Amino acid sequence: MKEVDLVVIGGGPAGMAAAVKAKEKGVQDVLILERENSLGGILNQCIHNGFGLHYFGEELTGLEYAARFIDKVHRMNIPYCLETMVLNIGSDKTVTAVNSTEGVFTIKAKSIILAMGCRERTRGALNIPGTRPSGIYTAGTAQKYVNIYGYMPGKSVVILGSGDIGLIMARRLTLEGAEVKMVCELLPYSSGLTRNIVQCLDDYNIPLKLNHTVVAVHGKERLEGVTVAEVDQNRKPIPETAEFVPCDTLLLSVGLIPENELSRDAGIELDPVTSGPVVDARMETSVEGIFACGNVAHVHDLVDNVSNESELAGESAAEYILGINVPDRSETIVVKAGNGIRYTVPQLIRKQSLSRDTVKIFFRVADVYRNVRLAARCGNNILVERKRIKVTPGEMETLELKSQDLREINAGEELVIELRTDGEGH
Amino acid sequence: MPEKRNLICINCPVGCLIEVTLDGDTINSIKGYQCKRGLEYARAECTNPVRTVTSTVRVKDGILPVAPVKTEKPIPKRLIRDCMKEINRCCVQAPVKIGDVIVENLLGTGVNIVATGNVPEAHGKNGS
Amino acid sequence: MYDVVVVGAGVTGAFIARELSKYRLSILVIDKESDVAMGTSKANSAIVHAGYDAVPGTLKALLNIRGNKMMKRISEELDVSFKMTGSLVVCFSKDGIFELEELKIRGFKNGVEDLEIIGADRLREMEPNISPNAVVALYAPSAGIICPYELTLHAMENAVENGAELKLECELSGISYDREVFRLETTKGVIECRYLVNAAGLYSDTVAEMAGDHSFRINPRKGEYVLLDKIYGSFVNRVIFQLPTDKGKGVLVTPTVDGNLLVGPNAEDIDDKTDTSTTSRGLSEVINVARLSVPSLDTRGIITSFAGLRATGSTGDFIIGPSPVNNKLIHAAGIESPGLTAAPAIGEMVADVLKKNGLKLEDKPDYCPYIEKYTPSRKMSESQWNEAVKKDPAHGRIVCRCEKITEADIVASIRRTIGARNVDAVKRRTRAGMGRCQGGFCSPRVVEILSKELGIPFEEVTKSGGKSVFLLKKTK
Repeated sequence: MKEVDLVVIGGGPAGMAAAVKAKEKGVQDVLILERENSLGGILNQCIHNGFGLHYFGEELTGLEYAARFIDKVHRMNIPYCLETMVLNIGSDKTVTAVNSTEGVFTIKAKSIILAMGCRERTRGALNIPGTRPSGIYTAGTAQKYVNIYGYMPGKSVVILGSGDIGLIMARRLTLEGAEVKMVCELLPYSSGLTRNIVQCLDDYNIPLKLNHTVVAVHGKERLEGVTVAEVDQNRKPIPETAEFVPCDTLLLSVGLIPENELSRDAGIELDPVTSGPVVDARMETSVEGIFACGNVAHVHDLVDNVSNESELAGESAAEYILGINVPDRSETIVVKAGNGIRYTVPQLIRKQSLSRDTVKIFFRVADVYRNVRLAARCGNNILVERKRIKVTPGEMETLELKSQDLREINAGEELVIELRTDGEGH
Repeated sequence: MPEKRNLICINCPVGCLIEVTLDGDTINSIKGYQCKRGLEYARAECTNPVRTVTSTVRVKDGILPVAPVKTEKPIPKRLIRDCMKEINRCCVQAPVKIGDVIVENLLGTGVNIVATGNVPEAHGKNGS
Repeated sequence: MYDVVVVGAGVTGAFIARELSKYRLSILVIDKESDVAMGTSKANSAIVHAGYDAVPGTLKALLNIRGNKMMKRISEELDVSFKMTGSLVVCFSKDGIFELEELKIRGFKNGVEDLEIIGADRLREMEPNISPNAVVALYAPSAGIICPYELTLHAMENAVENGAELKLECELSGISYDREVFRLETTKGVIECRYLVNAAGLYSDTVAEMAGDHSFRINPRKGEYVLLDKIYGSFVNRVIFQLPTDKGKGVLVTPTVDGNLLVGPNAEDIDDKTDTSTTSRGLSEVINVARLSVPSLDTRGIITSFAGLRATGSTGDFIIGPSPVNNKLIHAAGIESPGLTAAPAIGEMVADVLKKNGLKLEDKPDYCPYIEKYTPSRKMSESQWNEAVKKDPAHGRIVCRCEKITEADIVASIRRTIGARNVDAVKRRTRAGMGRCQGGFCSPRVVEILSKELGIPFEEVTKSGGKSVFLLKKTK
């Protein structure tokens, strides 16, 4: 059996950043396994701009962002296998994969980084009733058809869900000559960036219908239309508001789900809210020596954050392999999503791994809130507090905590991340 | 005759609603922004709104039929449609390399259209 | 001129054709759809029923039992996924035991001798996720689960490999009979035959009427289903029924042979035979009723939903036999549940009816009951898989990542005896696109492979035939 120090599963932005960092930190023997025929992951179909403002300090398209990391992988001579599908990860850190040159092969790794990314929620997951014609695509699949295959999926389009991919595709299809009739959003607010609402919808007079959803699909062979209805406060469609909208294409941009089938089979503990592995502040999963980063851990809105998080995972894997700062796993602080918070990453902090000066907690709020404070609290002690004029579930928030403060917390105690409104006591 | 325009600032999640009153091309007042970036954004949107356009161009003999491109710098918003016409007229010969200039000085703006991805030449293409 | 034309390439037509292909006959199967198994055979519970439910003495009872007993051999001959999981009818009140006793007696009369009534403890031991309200159950060890399109496809392919012909996208529009010959008007021209078998499922009354036979009606009865992710595949171990009603066997919860969890169907009499749309009311009904059996059913696991139409006959039983207006027209109609189980037995019975009505059945010595086995890459041992990759690297290229379907599997599905001609047909043959991403990742690749294999441009590749294209035109 082939032995490798570090196997990185996935050659998208997360996998590449992790591999590069691990090698920089002294791991000689790194191997990236990628299922597609090139490195870059989903960025390969992201021809739009808006990437890299935070990480590179300049605005790039998705492909350009990916190219920078692909260059790093090449410059550092990090080997990678393309069109290689991982079939199984053992909890003993064996990785079984298949490709067309080597067949089925198993690698024994000292450490593994999970960077498989995410997939899109489908019509089935939403259980939209009606017929089953062609013409219904997830926004990402449509993006692939248009940007890589060079084909138009249709000419009159309704988009369900105002996530960023849906907004980007509204503009993209409009520019390529399709009529985008509307974007429906079940919630009273969009999860997309304001910038995308302005530049992808408003610029082209595409209506954004908040509190609206698609309640039925029509057409036997090709899609002929959808029924759109307004929803009430409980997100239930109001029958009187139902309206038939003729269209030949329905795009779904209704959320992303981390791809954790391999993680689950390997016995890695998953967080039911993020659908990703439970990780500590070093991005280590419940299985020692297996790390996770990027959209497989939790869905990010900015690739820049993915790169940073993945570098942390790469560095942690390097330390694990080289035997530096490997913590005793028994002493942990639980990070809890408190009032107004949907989830946090990491979900726990290992007390003995506080080798860096600070620990960043990433989290999402549960709703849109104005004039609030975001706080990290242990008991009655507020460690950090930040004011925000507005927070939305669509934008990931962070709080940076000082390691010296965290060391004060006893193992087993909870660190609560919460939203506080003015006038509220302890 | 003063004209009122409502904008949503795109610089941060706060999304300030900004109201601008214009007299022709002259800005009379800007209200509703909460920081300097909002003011600048409103001013630019009302005098010279610009956008980066990204799309694809046709590729001959490539491993993919299209290559991704962008305007190297933002161009005036009113030129987006004409820019797309230029892009749709293009057909480039593979290989295409990231950074290749596809259209020089687009519509006299001084901005080039450049490739943002690589499309290598297809091997075993017909007749070769 | 054919000896026999079978109208309908569903599971019934397929097994009739297969049975007839044992003999020296010229056989043609026609279907209006672009693939086999496109009607009721495509969307049903995929259950091999034990046979305790049908009224003793009916064809349903007789052919269910016979079909059940044949299924193991059939599944081996035709290389069809089949698991004899057993089934449970659960009751939520102690009084239910009387109805279960009745079912048990009925089963005994039908010839199902291994039925057992079990108590709450044993039930929970067998099915840990069963409702705490379930107090007693009828256990039928001989029930099972099967893949219905694989069963139909492989039976039809076996018939074709033994000499039968199949014409798809061939819709029947008129029947005339003159001098012992049927003249069939179809979208693929006039076809003549001596015997005509009506296995047209939902449309078998229309076919009968074309021949002047108004002796029965078929009423579509819709059933809606939801399918859950494979991580829920062992949520139950057996087919879980509730007590049957006059509209059928009710909402069941079952593992599928491919490891998913299937929940459904409800039952709604409708008028439109083409209406396979799901409804929010129907889907919530299915989920709510299923939760009586398994309260912890997690709807977040739903990956798709669909509806099927039962071809409910006006007589209440299967309608199998010569038409009252012409004994050379043989009906195999009204085949609702347990039709999938009964199909092989229906095939035998129809051959027998044909024989009784004058068709000479002469054995064909070279008849082969076995289908050529295709092992998908993922089901190979490591060494087999490596060998396969050496011979054809396409075995090493995974196209559908959710179900681990390789490019070689997809190409093979297009090249097989009855090859896939569209994306859904590839899906039914290989499972590419059946998984949790529902084709989000793999459908562009499947479109590409179909385009290449069939020699058609992308914009002609369809989801399921007709106008169901994926892509409109090139962007540039």
